[in-house]
Amino acid sequence: MKEIVTLHINGDEVEVGVPTHFTLLETLRYALGLTGSKQGCDKGDCGACTVLLDGEPHLACIMPVYEAIGHQVTTVEGLAEGRVPHPLQDAFDLCGAAQCGFCTPGILCSAYGLLAENADPSRDEIRRALSGNLCRCTGYTKIFEAVEIAAESLRSGVDPRDIVAERYELAFPSSSMQPAEHTARSSTGAAHA
Amino acid sequence: MRNEDLLPLQEVTADAPERLREVAEAEYRTIGGRNRSTDGLFKSTGKAAYTDDITFPGMLHAKILRSTEPHARILAIDAAKALELPGVYEVITGQDMRTPYGIIPWTPDEHALAVGKVRFVGDAVACVAAIDEETATAALELIEVEYERLPYYLDPEDALAGPAAEIPIHEPRKPGRNGNVLKRVQLEFGSVDEKMEEADVLVEGEYFFHGTTHAPIEPHCAISRVNQNGLLEVWSATQVPHYLQREIARVLGLDVAQVRVVQPAVGGAFGGKSEPFDLEFCVALLALRTGRPVKILYTREEVFYSHRGRHPMKMTYRVGASMDGRILAVDAKTILDGGAYASFGLVTTYYSGQLLTAPYEIESYRFDSTRVYTNKAPCGPKRGHGSVQPRFAFEISLDKVAEELGLDPIEFRRGVFMGTGRTVNEFRVRSNGFLECLESVERASSWKDKFRKMGYGRGIGVAGSCYISGTNYPIYPNPMPQAAVQVQVERSGRVTVLHGASEIGQGSDSTMAYIACEELGVPLEYVRVFSADTDLVPVDLGAYSSRETVMVGNACVMACRQIGETVRRSVAAEWGVDPSRVRLAGGWAFDSGDPDSAERRMPIAQAFQLAEASHGTLGAVGHYNTPKRSRALPTWGAPRRS
Repeated sequence: MKEIVTLHINGDEVEVGVPTHFTLLETLRYALGLTGSKQGCDKGDCGACTVLLDGEPHLACIMPVYEAIGHQVTTVEGLAEGRVPHPLQDAFDLCGAAQCGFCTPGILCSAYGLLAENADPSRDEIRRALSGNLCRCTGYTKIFEAVEIAAESLRSGVDPRDIVAERYELAFPSSSMQPAEHTARSSTGAAHA
Repeated sequence: MRNEDLLPLQEVTADAPERLREVAEAEYRTIGGRNRSTDGLFKSTGKAAYTDDITFPGMLHAKILRSTEPHARILAIDAAKALELPGVYEVITGQDMRTPYGIIPWTPDEHALAVGKVRFVGDAVACVAAIDEETATAALELIEVEYERLPYYLDPEDALAGPAAEIPIHEPRKPGRNGNVLKRVQLEFGSVDEKMEEADVLVEGEYFFHGTTHAPIEPHCAISRVNQNGLLEVWSATQVPHYLQREIARVLGLDVAQVRVVQPAVGGAFGGKSEPFDLEFCVALLALRTGRPVKILYTREEVFYSHRGRHPMKMTYRVGASMDGRILAVDAKTILDGGAYASFGLVTTYYSGQLLTAPYEIESYRFDSTRVYTNKAPCGPKRGHGSVQPRFAFEISLDKVAEELGLDPIEFRRGVFMGTGRTVNEFRVRSNGFLECLESVERASSWKDKFRKMGYGRGIGVAGSCYISGTNYPIYPNPMPQAAVQVQVERSGRVTVLHGASEIGQGSDSTMAYIACEELGVPLEYVRVFSADTDLVPVDLGAYSSRETVMVGNACVMACRQIGETVRRSVAAEWGVDPSRVRLAGGWAFDSGDPDSAERRMPIAQAFQLAEASHGTLGAVGHYNTPKRSRALPTWGAPRRS
């Protein structure tokens, strides 16, 4: 049995027919083709499915789709502005915080929720905010660094690339720090910082 | 061409000409620097496609019925009711795929779906393809399986005991043996008994490691489709596309050339996806039977059933040392709890002994390892395959020795450092940074302030270890390359690397891109990497044993150097200098003897154009094989042309 529900996702109002037992995650992935949100455990343990509901992180794999009606849903696909990645997304690449990348969308949503509430979180506050997101590759350190760099970028308006270059005293803070799909000059206006 | 004539991408990516002197003097331009990954932004923006993110029109979903018995004969399977359920397309059982398989060619003991009997709770019994996952799940409930229960063994010592041999989990490969023993390895290096006699300190202990599993966040997933030319295509979250291609062909009775395996982005593997699994054979057969694309996505429970995690081990260690702090003898006896199937177990059994002998000088060593089948989910390779458990037993033993000798554990380990040379079991160690490592650990951990000073219930410990990078032999014996890369260079400056390594989050795609940048002088933005699609790339054996950077990386160096040489010769001819002076780096070809010369400098794309004009289309293949004992190891990251 299917029913049509109206959802607000990444700024769009969408109508979608879904089986009545579908979760928000199943609706996003299998009815709307928004496959950025991941299914890891399907029982609310791993956090890979985390999305934002009115700006707050929620587990989409244990949320019946009906509960999302009337709320603004933001997924990893909705974090970037046009072609420009959100500083969190950029910092995750720059710091090597996305290795296999499967936990990344959920972690980005949890971190986004944190930074909306707390512009300058301590390492411990980041740790607590991400405690519901499991990562098996990184050991978390690079993830915490990336969130710190994104927070600094959001506060100061400085491009995450330049923060990384300064923090790690790069010998060649140059071209290869450029987003692969984005050839515009960095915020410093120079290819060679 | 002057700098202001640069094309838009060159303008933002090429090094500033005034920096080329610095570039010329540096050993590397890209390697060793902090670079973007080739796939990081795809992953962090949600655009990377993992297997379950892929769908095809008309795709069916399949589910696997799993055993509820730990050890039982299958007397009958009745799928009639399941087939009557609307939306069900096909049901398959073990009778449809009778050829056994296994990642190690000497121990093929698995079937995609159980044939004759089940060996653990979770063993695959039947598989249903239906219009959607819900229907397939409902159909599983309608399949009736009649089991005859058999005695089951959860502890390897029970499986070794006399009566267990009468109803073994697998039939013995040689008559008269206990079928529950997969492999026993007994090796001795030096005279352990004599050395034990000389020992001033003798430490004995029994240790147990309980086992762990990889739990990648991405559950296993596979899709299969048969294309119009009869090609069987399989997309799978695997770290061994080549082996998977071979095994699917063998089990389904196809030619390897009729099978294409594509590995999409993989959400973590750690050894848990390094052999074929039931779902890959099931989707392939169901796609052949139904003519429709078929997908299986494991539930989290099924990920745990598929397991292949670190073996539980019972280890008995005796370590003899002298008063002056030398390790005279190590005597190890290990029982490996293998679970229901062989997996990599034959290798694990060797590794449980062989990988213990560095970074310390050990004067004699003996081990006796036995891998035993039990009625549990099968164990296999997990990061540090086979070596972590014995290491735990051994390092604790070393701590006990240090305590007996009244030495600090770090001090004791410094004293038994082996340096370079040969281990007691004939491993060659050509460089050894263990002392520097120990020193960093001592400093960074504030060891001296903490050791035995942290109060009741808290403590700090130290352990050393070693591991091999790359395996000497391919899993199936053959004299062909273990890794290969094809590189294409084109007049726009674009470099395409086609390689077989499996990117599973460890960064092999990025590594190959960095090597291409380093060797051909292009910025990262000019490199495209295509990997792990058996229709597109040369054969590679897969992501295991930390082999990709060494093996595929060297193959990539070999391919790039051939092209680089051609480009340098073409540019050198243009400038009238010796090719050894032409350096390709940072987006330029320039004269390393005079990096400030504007006359002898051109954008790298222009250098490629010269080479393409004089030598024809630019492309090369490179390969890698483990060097034989007599030959020197190859150099990677070789010294710069001077």
